[in-house]
Amino acid sequence: MQFMLLFSRQGKLRLQKWYVPLSDKEKKKITRELVQTVLARKPKMCSFLEWRDLKIVYKRYASLYFCCATEGQDNELITLEIIHRYVELLDKYFGSVCELDIIFNFEKAYFILDEFLLGGEAQETSKKNVLKAIEQADLLQERVNSVVPVHGPTSTSLSL
Amino acid sequence: MSDVVEKTLTALPSLLSLDSQPGSAKLSTNSKLGSLIRGITELTSKHEEEKLIQRELSSIKEQVSSPNTTMRQMKELMVRTIYCEMLGYEATFSYIHAIKLAQQGNVLEKRVGYLAVSLFLNESHELLLLLVNTVLKDLQSTNLIEVCMALTVVSQMFPKDMIPAILPLVEEKLNHSKEIIRRKAVLALYKFYLIAPNQVQHIHNRFRKALCDKDPGVMSASLHIYLQLIQENPESYKDLTASFVTILKQVVAGKLPMDFNYHSVPAPWLQIQLLRILSLLGKSDQSTSEVMYEILDESLRRAEMNHNITYAILYECVKCIYTIHPKSELLEKAAKVIGNFVLSQRINLKYLGLKALTYVVHQDPRLALQHQMTIIECLDHPDVIIKRETLELLFRITNDQNVTVIVEKMLDFMSINKEDHTTADLVGKVAELAEKYAPDNEWFVETMNTVFSVGGDTLQPDIPNSFLKLLSEGFDDEEENKKLRLFAVNSYISLLQGEPSKLPQRFLQAICWVLGEYSHLREDVEPDLVLRLLVKLLNIKSTSSETKSWILMAMTKLCSGGAPLSVPLEVSETYSSSMDTMLRQRAQELQYLSQNPELQARVLPRGVSQEPMEVDSSLSFLDGFVSEALAAGAAPYKPPHQRQEELSRSKALSLEPYGLSLPISMSSCSIADRQSPTLLSVSSGLSGDRTDHSHKGGSTTLKLDGVRRVWGKEGYLAQRESAEETAPVEAPSPLQPLVQQGDGDASYSQTPTPIPECEQEKQQLASSLFVGLASQSSVCLMGKSEQTSQRFRRKLKDPAASFPSSTQNPLVSPPSSVGHLLLDSSISSDLISSPEQTHLSSVDLTVANGEVELPDRDMKGIKSTLLREDSALAAGSSPHEELDRPKDSCLTSHLPAELSGLPHSEITPLCTSPSLDLSSCHVQKDDSLVLLVFMKSSSDYDIQQIQVQVTCEELEVSCVCDSPVEELKSHGVVVCQYFLTVKSPSVYFVLSGMMSHQIPDNSLQETQFSHRIPLTSFLRPLRLSTEEYGTMWLAFSHDTKQNLPLMMDAEEPLTATLKVLKDKLQLHVVEIIGNEGIVACCLRQDQPCLLHCRVHAGMLAVWLRSPIPELPDCLLYHCQRALQES
Repeated sequence: MQFMLLFSRQGKLRLQKWYVPLSDKEKKKITRELVQTVLARKPKMCSFLEWRDLKIVYKRYASLYFCCATEGQDNELITLEIIHRYVELLDKYFGSVCELDIIFNFEKAYFILDEFLLGGEAQETSKKNVLKAIEQADLLQERVNSVVPVHGPTSTSLSL
Repeated sequence: MSDVVEKTLTALPSLLSLDSQPGSAKLSTNSKLGSLIRGITELTSKHEEEKLIQRELSSIKEQVSSPNTTMRQMKELMVRTIYCEMLGYEATFSYIHAIKLAQQGNVLEKRVGYLAVSLFLNESHELLLLLVNTVLKDLQSTNLIEVCMALTVVSQMFPKDMIPAILPLVEEKLNHSKEIIRRKAVLALYKFYLIAPNQVQHIHNRFRKALCDKDPGVMSASLHIYLQLIQENPESYKDLTASFVTILKQVVAGKLPMDFNYHSVPAPWLQIQLLRILSLLGKSDQSTSEVMYEILDESLRRAEMNHNITYAILYECVKCIYTIHPKSELLEKAAKVIGNFVLSQRINLKYLGLKALTYVVHQDPRLALQHQMTIIECLDHPDVIIKRETLELLFRITNDQNVTVIVEKMLDFMSINKEDHTTADLVGKVAELAEKYAPDNEWFVETMNTVFSVGGDTLQPDIPNSFLKLLSEGFDDEEENKKLRLFAVNSYISLLQGEPSKLPQRFLQAICWVLGEYSHLREDVEPDLVLRLLVKLLNIKSTSSETKSWILMAMTKLCSGGAPLSVPLEVSETYSSSMDTMLRQRAQELQYLSQNPELQARVLPRGVSQEPMEVDSSLSFLDGFVSEALAAGAAPYKPPHQRQEELSRSKALSLEPYGLSLPISMSSCSIADRQSPTLLSVSSGLSGDRTDHSHKGGSTTLKLDGVRRVWGKEGYLAQRESAEETAPVEAPSPLQPLVQQGDGDASYSQTPTPIPECEQEKQQLASSLFVGLASQSSVCLMGKSEQTSQRFRRKLKDPAASFPSSTQNPLVSPPSSVGHLLLDSSISSDLISSPEQTHLSSVDLTVANGEVELPDRDMKGIKSTLLREDSALAAGSSPHEELDRPKDSCLTSHLPAELSGLPHSEITPLCTSPSLDLSSCHVQKDDSLVLLVFMKSSSDYDIQQIQVQVTCEELEVSCVCDSPVEELKSHGVVVCQYFLTVKSPSVYFVLSGMMSHQIPDNSLQETQFSHRIPLTSFLRPLRLSTEEYGTMWLAFSHDTKQNLPLMMDAEEPLTATLKVLKDKLQLHVVEIIGNEGIVACCLRQDQPCLLHCRVHAGMLAVWLRSPIPELPDCLLYHCQRALQES
């Protein structure tokens, strides 16, 4: 996988993870163009895009778009399931996750992602093992306001 | 399920927005991040946001640099900075603090520090060096979480040069008792392998251990490495096939812990990874493929649940089945799966179905026919992605009967498509199709016109080049050539009479060239008219100066036939004072040549057949001039990077010993004085190489890039430039179908016409799209599609140059015409009506039918691919020992006399066909490598027309005699010789070959083979003096450094180690001084590589330099192997 982007329906970036070395300028350009392209697509359309020389796989969960860029030989459907598994992990961790959880605790979302995908490859596909690793690290966390599950105006849970 | 859920979800936000906002209010007071986020959401304009963030960043900046900030506060600040960066605001000041936080914080703070580092920096960022120590410390920590964090960051990014520093620690972690640590260590090694494969070469057996790990997580992590390794070199891992199959069997049978299930499918990620590995292993290898048939069948059977994840597995299975050696039952099942995908209502599956069809259509064109109506529907699909994929599919099934319809569809799509990347891609495809299958001149020129206008300046530069090449080289039929050119001229004159300012520059350049060359073919048009059109073009503001020089060149060509001189004179006067040197040059040429018709006729002869011209790229004809200049005291030439190096050295402290830089002028003088052709070509080859580097002001070098070579050894070269830019490898193309299209017109003209019944329209479209499809009788594997398309290329005039040499046999018609006659043998005739079937001779029919009906049997019998590892290397001993040992005494007696005294490798069998055995060996000559192919007849009858083709991308292969062996007596032996020289270095060169011969019943047998030769066979010692070495060292720019093992047990480790390298790799040891040694070798005289070896901390620090970018790395690989083996 080359990179993963999470952005809202309004086109606001919520999470970005790059597995290939690119300059900031390129990253911004790619993000801008890709967000535009994906947002312009209608709900019933195909989840796969051929964009430049990349294969884009995206899926919308409530108000949030999850978008992955992969290389030629990668299996599109399994990438779609990688996204889904990530959402499952977030959901389990935050307890019925919503966009706000990710906005306000984005560093947690990054930690979970790093336990799931490492260097662009699926590292651990067992849900239990990923969460165990995160919990172990979290045990050291101070008790103060560590994870506050929030539910506000846009707090549609991402659904599973 | 997702569809249903998605539906409800889209409705949800509107419902929920009615909620009150207690949650967010509570949050905003929680933290500074909270208030920042809340602050941003309240803003209305982008401008306000910018102001707020800038304020935030400057306050963060102040705090992070304050000494009183605790690490805990720092952590909070870092989180806010990450947020700001995500919004697109730069905060470079914080990078160093992120590293500090990772270094100094406690575990929790460290975690955020590492996260920030991994988000802010990428692996080429120089600050990353500062992280190395922290990583080292954490890897040795007793706290597992710290070790995990260090491994996590290492697997994402690490400076390439620092890998050796942490490699032992990471390696050690492979034995850790915790599986999470082992898993991360494996992934870290995977990352190292990706960025620096040489560094982890020695731990390949550790990977095997990881593969056998009892934890499934560690095992599946190791598969990432194996996938990569096998992709690069499948041959070395065939022995693992059975293990991979066993693992997959266990996974499929549900033997893994339940945790790994995903929607009750056992470990789908693992399954897919294994399937990908298996397809690589089984590709064109029958025996390996046979091992996996059973499990593939099992996987297909098990994946029946209606869920995305099972489809993912099915899709991968199908890809695998079509990649490996075919088995008909599996193919049938796979075809059914593809069918289900294509017909599915789910758009994602439909897309993948089309994609799979695109893959397999070469192998099984009938599959596309089965789904033709669906394909037609997809062509009008509202989703452009589906449309685009359908066009891709159509592109693959194009032949000379459906080309017009398919190209029309593609052009239609381009007219609505906005995206540049897609347009560029499609334009290239249209151009390719037009060149290959054009039914007639008008269509070809008009299609190319559209290609040029739509493609604009995003057009690949090779498209106009090959178009012009096609026009200039023409086909066998002079009359036809003339018609094509005339048509192009007509079309361009009318275009220029319209509004040329709208045309893209590349198109205008092509137009100019054509008018310059061929407008004389139109006798009714005065050159004056064309000249005036060109002047009009010249005066358009938007015309670029490059185009202007094309225009001037065209004018130069036009001014021969005693045309009125006023126009060119005027023009040349205007431009001879232009600021652009190129234009000035052209203007001068125009001026002189237009006034001197005699010279003009000599320099630009008209209508002469154009033989490829040799270009002396080393500019050796200037040698005399250079030596004279040097003798007169001129400074010797220095390549730009050397000058830069010297410049930077003069500023900084000189760390190089003086001995190296001093003799430069001396030695290069002496080179020039002696006029040694070889060494001179080294330096001039270099100057050619360097032209892509930027020239700093005041440079006196020749600028060669972007400048067309106008003068060569023989004089003016202007006419040849288009052919010169593309390598003149292929012979001119016989555009036969242009000639033979006559009676096929009916099917071309079946473009969809508006008929009321929609269905009927589709039917008609289908018949025009899928015409001639089932005829591609060759069963070819997925990966080989390129070869098949080659088969149809008309660009091959000389049949000897074409790879599949079936065209050799006059009785077997070329595949494209086979296409016509098979129409109703396999497709229902109501769909395709083609009038030309009846015209074909009965001989063709039987042959072709035979091929179609029995594709499997024939192919299995005839095509057997063998790959032999080069024995010299496999045995791991020195090439000399191996070379001197005569092996096959029976065949060695057939060695050509002039080669018999030279060392040759063991004779290894290449392939066998029922009547012929092929074996080969290579002989090392001083300046090249000769590949000998022995053909030994094992049949009782004489074999005729044997043709052996050997190709390799990285090598230049020239055959001593091009003509086929006319006849081989029964049980006789014939030897073919091929001279091999390196074009671009590679660790191993894989030659692929094709042998074909005629058997008594006049049919043609083809056998493929491949042969591997290591780089070492091409290495020759380069004998240099230390001074020459010094000069060359500075001149080369591509370098690699690496530590190699030293032979510590020898008395003089350095001498012993270098001796091993010298003996095994034929290097030349120039000199050994103390604990340093310099060594040199070369591939050809102009492909040298220099090694500088130094004993350092018990290792041999080697520094390689060469003018060839790939050479140091490849050589390093062999050095490493040579030392490991001894």
